[in-house]
Formats: sequence, C-alpha cells, structure tokens
Amino acid sequence: MKTIYLDNNATTRVAPEVFEEMRPYFDEFYGNPSSMHSFGGMTARKIAEARMRIADLLGAGSPSEIVFTSCGTESDNAALFGILRSYPSKRHIITTKVEHPAVLNTCRYLMREGYRVTFLSVDQSGQLDLEELREAITPDTCLVSIMYANNETGVIFPINEIAAIVKEKGAIFHTDAVQAVGKISLNLKESPIDILSLSGHKLHASKGVGVLYLREGTKFTPFLIGGHQENGRRGGTENVASIIGLGKACELAGLHYDEEQTRVRTLRDRLETSILEKVPNTLVNGDRVHRLPNTTNISFEFIEGEAILLLLSDRGIAASSGSACTSGSLEPSHVLRAMQIPFTHTHGSIRFSLSRYTTQEEIDTVINELLPIIDRLRAISPFGPKSKGIGIR
Amino acid sequence: MWDYSEKVMDHFHNPRNVGEIENPDAIGEIGNIVCGDALKLTLRIDRSTEKILDARFQTFGCGSAIASSSALTEMIKGKTLEEASKITNKEIADYLDGLPEEKMHCSVMGMEALEAAINSYRGIKAPAREVPEGEKIVCHCFGVTDKKITQVIEMNSLTTVEQVTNYTKAGGGCGQCRPQIEAILAEVSKKGKEKKGALPKKMTTLEKIKVIQETLEKEIRPYLRADGGDIELVDIDGNNVYIKLSGTCQSCPSMGFTIETFITQKLRQAVNDEEIEAKRVPE
Repeated sequence: MKTIYLDNNATTRVAPEVFEEMRPYFDEFYGNPSSMHSFGGMTARKIAEARMRIADLLGAGSPSEIVFTSCGTESDNAALFGILRSYPSKRHIITTKVEHPAVLNTCRYLMREGYRVTFLSVDQSGQLDLEELREAITPDTCLVSIMYANNETGVIFPINEIAAIVKEKGAIFHTDAVQAVGKISLNLKESPIDILSLSGHKLHASKGVGVLYLREGTKFTPFLIGGHQENGRRGGTENVASIIGLGKACELAGLHYDEEQTRVRTLRDRLETSILEKVPNTLVNGDRVHRLPNTTNISFEFIEGEAILLLLSDRGIAASSGSACTSGSLEPSHVLRAMQIPFTHTHGSIRFSLSRYTTQEEIDTVINELLPIIDRLRAISPFGPKSKGIGIR
Repeated sequence: MWDYSEKVMDHFHNPRNVGEIENPDAIGEIGNIVCGDALKLTLRIDRSTEKILDARFQTFGCGSAIASSSALTEMIKGKTLEEASKITNKEIADYLDGLPEEKMHCSVMGMEALEAAINSYRGIKAPAREVPEGEKIVCHCFGVTDKKITQVIEMNSLTTVEQVTNYTKAGGGCGQCRPQIEAILAEVSKKGKEKKGALPKKMTTLEKIKVIQETLEKEIRPYLRADGGDIELVDIDGNNVYIKLSGTCQSCPSMGFTIETFITQKLRQAVNDEEIEAKRVPE
C-alpha cells in the first residue's frame, strides 16, 4: 500500500536532490571542517556554501548571521537562554499560549528559575491582540518570543508588525519560524526580527540539523559551550552532511516557493472544501486567511481523533490529531484550548499538512476515504447524530 | 504510535455488539465528551435468573476505548450479574492481550460502566455529578474520587502517581492533586504492609519441610518435567535445601546456577523466609 503522507508539519521527506548532495559527505569526504588539511578544508567550503544558500532564502544581511544547530528545539533553547544570559538584570519574558513545547516548556522552566513570563492569549481564530502585547512590554522585558506560524493550525502571526512593536519598546525579538521557512517568503534584511529558529527536516532536509539566525550585533551568550565552531557561538563538530543538505533544501525551497503558494494551496483548499461539503458537523480551526498554504485543521464532531487516525492509517493515509489520546497527555491540544475551541471539537480534530510532493490524486483519495470513516465512528459514538446521547454529558 | 495488541486492533476494527438496546433493563453511562471518552452500555437481563442476555455499547473515544468496550460486552454476555460484577479492569485488559500503560484508563472505564449498569438495574441511582457519600473528589479536572483511586491502586498494585494517572486520569490535567495522590499511594502501601505483617509469623521447622516438599512437587517438578527433567529432594539442613536434578536437567546448558536461583526464589516465597537456599548435590 502506498502511503499518502499528509503529515508534513511533523516531518518531511528528504528531497532526492538533497539526499544526493549529502551522500558523498558520509564516506567519501568525511573530513572535519576545522582540520588544517585540504581534505577537511573541502567540507568547510561546502558548509560556507550552505550558509550562503540559507542566508539567501532568509534574505539575511550576511551568511555570518547563520548559526548551525542540531534541531529546532536547540535553536529555540539557544535563543532564549543565549539572550537572557546576555542581559542578566532583565527578568521578564513574553511569549504566547500557542507556542511549540520547545519554547513553552523552556519558558515554564525559566519561571521556576525566577523569571516572570507573560503568556499572551489568542482569540478564537488563533490570532493575537497586539494591544495586549504592547501593554505587556515593560522596561524589565528582556525578550519576546512569538512563533511565525502555528504548527497545529497553520495560523500566521503578523510577525514583522509584532517585531516592530517589540523593538520600539526596546526588547529583543525572537521568532520560532520552524513551520514558516520554505512556505512563507522572508526578507530578514528589511525585517526587525533579531533572532529566528528553523529546523531542517520541516523543509525536506534531514533530521538533526537546525539554524539559529542571529542578526549582526545581537548580544548572545553561547548555549552549547565548546570549540570555536560557528564563530564561537555554538560548540560541537558540524553535522556536515546534514548542513550541506539543508543548504540544498533551502535552495530548492526558493525555487518551489511559487508552487507552494499556488499548487499546494489549491490542493489544500480542495481537500478542505470537499470535506466541509461532504461531511456534516465539521469545521475548520483557526484563521483561514492568514494561514500556511499547506495546512488545514478540521474538527469532526462527536468522535475522537485517534480513532480517525487509526482508520486513516489502515488506508495508508498519514495525518495527525490534537486529541488527548494522541498527544500522550490526557488533555487535548494546548493550541486549540487556547483558542477556546469547545471540547466537543478539540477531541476530534485532525491536521492535514501537505507538501510539494502531494498530488491531486492523493487528495481525491483522502476525500473519498474520509466520509465512510467518519460515518463509521459516529455510528459507534453515543453522541453521534443518530444516537440518543448520554445523560451525563 | 501506540503499540496495540492484535486483539485490540481486531476489536477496534470489528467492534462486537455496537448499538443500543431498545427499552434496556440496565443502562450504564460513564465519562463525558469533555474528558475525551465516554461509554454507554445497555443490557438485556433475564429477570428470573439475572443472566445478561444481551449487551450493547456506544463509545466516544480512541481505539483502545472502543476495543475495551467491545471486549467488555463479549465478556459479560451469558454471565449472571453476580458473576459479571466481579470483572475487574485488569481482566478487560488481559482479555485484549494487554493495553499500553497510558491507556489502562480505557479498561477502567469499561469496569465503571458495568458497575453503573448493574447499579441501575438494582435501582441504585447513578451518582450523576454528585459525589457519593463518604467519598471526596481528589482530581477536579477529571472528577476522580479518593475511593476510585484507592480501588484502582489496590486492584492493579500501582506504586507511582504516573501510573494512577494512566489508570484513572487523575492528576493528568492541571496536576494540582498529585501530592494528594502521592498521599493515597502511601496510605495504601502502609495498609498493605500492615496486612502482610499480620500474616503467620515464623513457620515451625515441620511446617517448613511440608511446604518445601509441596512446592517442589507441585510447582517446580511439573516445570522441569515439561523439558524432560526431574528433581528430587535429598535433605533439608537448617536453611539449606539439598536437591538432586536428573534427566535432561543434567545436561541442560542453562542448568546449574539458573535453576538453583529459580528454585531458591520459589522456596523463599513459599515459606516466606529470605534465608532459604537451594543447593544441588552431584549425582
């Protein structure tokens, strides 16, 4: 059975061109870029090329603003700790209730360390109140960390506007752009963003590589202390092959940017519209206008997400859910709860996230397979439209 | 992805007894849509024999919740209410060849729905949202009482707060009640130890010899014989139990140390004495 992979916000396929580019750097050109011989120097030059390609995609002022890390989570941790340690007298952080755990749990940790953290709310569409942000910033505020686009709903925040407010008030601005890079056009030269995190495996590079963009002149204390790599900003021997792969992936993302905005968006809309039309008691979570072109988050009332995923998986369809049962915790998605989506909807929420490899045939298969799955589970449910319900609702 | 047994997947894909009995003799409803799982159980009961003639379920929940409900209906059909009421959540999980630890609360939900159904038949009104007499809510997020937590800890020999959360959901929301769950765990463990302490003190030598003989005969010999071996008790001297192994046990490569340790453990358990030592004598 062929897999129909609609879970690209979780991870993506390594692009064949990326894989080809990486391949020689495992067993042929395995030199250490820090070595004083031309065998190692060769890999150093390739890393410099990758740095350039990434800076290009981000519209960064200089490749030296790119710092390689091991993943998105490391980038987020490095951003938060690296900035806070550089301004030890400031003790306030602002973030949102809908961040990825890499930021959310790091902030909770920092609270235990004595920091004051403001978690901004979102409205039902998943958008922030910028006035609330403006009022929350005080002279004690060191850092504001707000994601570019939400991984669960795809909702995009007006990051440049947010960054401008933060800069105007004199704080540092970090954005977790793990879901945005490759899907949204960035031009960091012209943007007030100070620091940005990205992750390789979300844009068709391999797992195990990430980037921290550090605007020139930003005060930063290294998070991983060790050798002189990355200009002393991140110790540790470079993940050479993955870094080279990420460079290629960024080049490809630039080339495919228009396709992401047109073909992928059209397929996503086709999937979403058809599901809403065919399946009753269904709704889309989050702002549908300011949204990643590849993501849709749909709630199916009366049923639970894990059961839907299991039946989809039987048919080779891979998606994900914000239900409690899939998260490993007992509470449903913190993002949907922050949006005050009723529990009747959160438990049955499914996220489909497409990529440039998604085909129309695949989307049509999913549309056809979904209705019987939903019907079948609703027939079992005591809350289903044909059931008498349960007394103790 | 959860590591579900084949049996769980079978009951999820082909749930038995789905639906609702018209004018049922008993209804058990448990959970709600806020918690993320709910089960409605309806029963047809023969009033004279109190036998469960038919059982149907409707479930809102994940794969293992649906499988646990399906398994429950299969287990209780044909049983009397008296027999059915003895079914524990562990038996539901065992029937499905086990559930992931994090999903054990699905089997507890099955047990509770059955309890509620039997109560409804007996005319005991479901507590609805009120807390039953003498119980107190510990976890306010999921509405779990101290009695329920104690019951599940005892039934499944739980030792950590995390386990209690996996089995009852208590503590899985805001987490404020975790210290209270910790206290209940300590209480149950203390009670358990007191009970154990009340068990027979030290056996007399004569009793000990009898128990050792019985254990070797009934528990160890069949195990060895299954592999073509055998065992013989040679002598008991103080805490040393001298045994002779024969048959394939003689040439078995895993024999010797392993078998001695195994027998020692069995005997220690049987006579409740950690000093006992099984020793092999040569042919």
